[in-house]
Amino acid sequence: MKNVSRILPCYAADTSGVCSALYELGGMTVIHDASGCNSTYTTHDEPRWYDRRSMVFISALTEMDAIMGNDERLISDTVAAAKDLSPGFIALCGSPMPMMTGVDFDAIACEVEARSGIRTFGFHTNGTRHYTEGVSEALEAVLREYAAEMPKAEGIGVNVLGLTPLDFPLGADDSINSWLRNNGFVPVADLAMGSTLEDIKKAASAKVDLVVSSSGLAAAEYMLERFGINYVTGIPVGGRFGSELAENIRQAASATDHGCVFSQGMGFDENTDSGSTVIIGEGIASMSLARALGSELGMDCTVICPLGADDLVFRGAAKDITSEEEIEAYLGKTLPKTVIADPLYSYVVPEGTRHISLPHLAFSGRSYKNEIKDLVNTDIKELFK
Amino acid sequence: MLKRPGEFEREPVVRIADADRSDLFGRGLEYNPPARGVWNIVHMGLLVPESHQVYVCAQGCLRGVTLTVAENGTMDRLSWVSLSEEDMFDATLESDVVDGVAEVIEKLEKKPRAVMIFLSCMHLFAGADYEVILDELRERFSDIEFIDCYMTPTMRETFSPVVWLIRRMCALIKPLPLDRKYVSLIGCDRATDEESEMVKLIRQGGFELLDINSCKSYDEYMELGKSALVLTYMPTAVTGAEELCETTGAQHLHIPNAFDTRVIRDNLLRLCGALGIDACDFDENEKAAKAALDHARQTIGDTAIAIDFTAVTRPFELALVLCEHGFNVKTVIADEVGEDADAFDRLAKEFPDIEICSAKNVNMLYAADGEHEKTLAIGQKAAWFFATDSFVDIVSNGGLYGFEGIKKLAALMEQAYLFPKDRKTVIQQKGWGCECNAQI
Repeated sequence: MKNVSRILPCYAADTSGVCSALYELGGMTVIHDASGCNSTYTTHDEPRWYDRRSMVFISALTEMDAIMGNDERLISDTVAAAKDLSPGFIALCGSPMPMMTGVDFDAIACEVEARSGIRTFGFHTNGTRHYTEGVSEALEAVLREYAAEMPKAEGIGVNVLGLTPLDFPLGADDSINSWLRNNGFVPVADLAMGSTLEDIKKAASAKVDLVVSSSGLAAAEYMLERFGINYVTGIPVGGRFGSELAENIRQAASATDHGCVFSQGMGFDENTDSGSTVIIGEGIASMSLARALGSELGMDCTVICPLGADDLVFRGAAKDITSEEEIEAYLGKTLPKTVIADPLYSYVVPEGTRHISLPHLAFSGRSYKNEIKDLVNTDIKELFK
Repeated sequence: MLKRPGEFEREPVVRIADADRSDLFGRGLEYNPPARGVWNIVHMGLLVPESHQVYVCAQGCLRGVTLTVAENGTMDRLSWVSLSEEDMFDATLESDVVDGVAEVIEKLEKKPRAVMIFLSCMHLFAGADYEVILDELRERFSDIEFIDCYMTPTMRETFSPVVWLIRRMCALIKPLPLDRKYVSLIGCDRATDEESEMVKLIRQGGFELLDINSCKSYDEYMELGKSALVLTYMPTAVTGAEELCETTGAQHLHIPNAFDTRVIRDNLLRLCGALGIDACDFDENEKAAKAALDHARQTIGDTAIAIDFTAVTRPFELALVLCEHGFNVKTVIADEVGEDADAFDRLAKEFPDIEICSAKNVNMLYAADGEHEKTLAIGQKAAWFFATDSFVDIVSNGGLYGFEGIKKLAALMEQAYLFPKDRKTVIQQKGWGCECNAQI
C-alpha cells in the first residue's frame, strides 16, 4: 500500500511548511490544532526554535470546541494574543481536525483581521500533505500581499524563492547571496530566510526569480504573472552547473518568456533504468545535484522525488515514486551502484549499493542536523568522489 | 513595545495568593518551550517488550512519532499508515487500518508478540469501528495480541493520552493465579530507586517487585498478572491499575509520590499493611531527609529557586517543603494544580508572594530572554524560562521516592548549584534517559 511504511519516517507536513516559511517575517502563526502539530514543528522541523524567537503558537483545540464548532474561541484567543504581542501580520493554518469539521479559515481570518486591525491570512493546510505545499502557499501569499510595483533595481536583481531550513542548512541564504554577487547579480529578497517584510516589499524590483525548491514555484508563477518577472529553477551546485545557472539567469533577465533549466535534457530512459546513481530527495535540489554530477563527474543519475514532481519542472525527468514500498522495489530491481539520499533511507538501500549521505531536515529532522551539507558553491568532487 | 506585567490580555504570571487554583491562567493560544525531556506515548509504548507500534494518522501527526524513534534508535519498532482526506469518505477507514497493519506485520523480520495500533482523532470523529478492526486482525494473526491505543490529543480533556496508554498497556496483561510473593508497580516510565524505602520494604520483606522497566521479554511482562498486590504512585497510572486489578483480582494500592513527610509516612505504613509485614519506624529515614535538605540549604543559601511541573508530580508540595526548610522558592511553573491542592492552599497562605508562571501562555515566549537573578531550577522548563544552567535535570520524579527521594533530590540540588549543565543540549533531548541520536 502506498500509504504504509514499515520503517521509514514521513516528510514534514504542510503545517510545518507554513510556519517555516513565515518564521522570520515578524508575524504570528497560529496552528489550529490540539497540541502535536506545534510540538512536532518546534522539535523536529524548526532548527531556529531554541535561539531565535518567533510567534508560532497552537490554538489548543479541544474535543468540545471541535464538536460545537466553537470558532469564536480561536478568534478571540488569536485577537488577545495579537494585542499582547503586536505581530506584523497573523497567519492561521489548519490541521486534521479542522479539516474534519470543515473550519472556514478564510472567514475566520477576515473576522480576526476586523477585530485586531492586523492583516490576517487563512492558510488551507490540513496536516495530510507535504511541507512543500505549506511553504508554497505561504510564500505566494506574502508576495501577493506585500510585493508592490516598483522600479527595477540596478543591474540584475534576483529574488531567491523556496528557501527554508526544511530544505537548506541555516546560513544557506548567505551562501546563495554570495554566489549571486560573485556572478554579478544583485540579491533582492530571499523567501524566506534572511529577509524581512521590508525586503519582500521590494521583490518586484528584481529582474529574475531563482527558484531553489519546488516550494517556490507558485510564488514564481505569481511574480511572472503579476510583474512579468522571469524565473529560473536550480541551486548553484558545483562550478559547471553553477555557471550554467548563472547564464540562465542572465538570459532570463532579458528574455520575454520564462526560463526553466530542467525542462530539457534531464530525462532518463524510462525503459532501461540505466542510471548508475539514484538521488532521492526534494525535486529541484536533486535535479541540480544530478546535473552537477553529470557535468563534472560524468555520473549518470536518476532522481526519485518522494514529494511529488511538478510536471512543469520535471517533465518526466524524475521518477514518480513516493512510497517506501515503491522506492524499495525500484532500488531492489535496478540495484544502482550508488544511492545519494538522507541517511534514514539506508533501511531500503540494497546490500552492495553505496549510500552517500545527504541529510534533509524535512525528512530526518534533527537526527543529522549538523551534517546537512551546504551544496551551494562547493566542490562536489570532494563531497561525492 | 513589549507589555509589562499587569498590562497583558492574558497574564502569564500570577502571585499564588491571588491565584484561582481551579483555573490558574484561563485558556488561550499556547506556546511550546524547547524542553523535551518528558516522555511521550511512543517512549512509553516501547517499554512493552517484543511489541510493535503502528500509528494510523495524518502525516502531521506521524511526523513526531516517527522521528521520536529515529532519534532514539528504535525505528524497527514503529510503522505507520497515513490518512488522507479521501479516507474519511471512501468507506475504507477500517479496511485501510486492517490492510495496512497486516502489510506491516508481513514485512517484519520477526513477528511481534503484541501490536499496539494507535488510532487518531480522525478515527474517533469519523466513528471508526475499532472492534471490526481488531476482530479482523486477530483472525488473520491468531498468535499476535492486538490492542487499540489512541493518539487523540483533541480529546485530552476527556482522556489524557498518558492515562489512556497506561490503561491499554495494562489491558495486555492477562490474569494468572495470584501469588502473594509478587508486587507489581504500574505506570512508571523509569525504574524506581532501589534505595527508596518503598523498594526496600518490598525486597526486604521477601517479595519480588515486578515493573515493566525491568522486563526483558513479553513473557516477563505477562508475569505482572500474577501479583497479588498492584502499586501505583504516578497519578496517571491509577485508572489502569484499577482496571488491571478488576481483571486479575489483585489488590490495588496507590501511594502517591509525595514530599510531605506525613504523607510519605502514611504511604509506607499502608504499604506495610498491604504486604502484611510489621510497620517499620521511619524516624531515621525522615531525619536523614531533613539533614540532606539542611545541608543543601547551607550550600545553596538564598539563591532563588524555580520548580516546574515536569520535574515532579507535586510541585507545590515540593515548594512548601523547601520553603519550610528555609529555601528561597520564588516560582512554581505549572498551568494547573493536581494532587497537591492542599499544599497549594498552604503556600498561598504562608508564602503568598510565590509566583506561578504558566508554561504555555504566549506571553512566556520571551521569558528566557529577560534578565533573571541567579536561579536554581528544578526541572527543564524552569531551566529554560529562567535561562539558568544550574538545574536539576529530572522528569516525572526521576525515579525518586519517599524520604530517600527527598534526600537524593537535595543532593541533586546541591550538584546543580555547584556544577552547571549544558542547558541547550540537555533540555532539548527528547525523552529523558532515552538514547538520543539527535544533533542538537
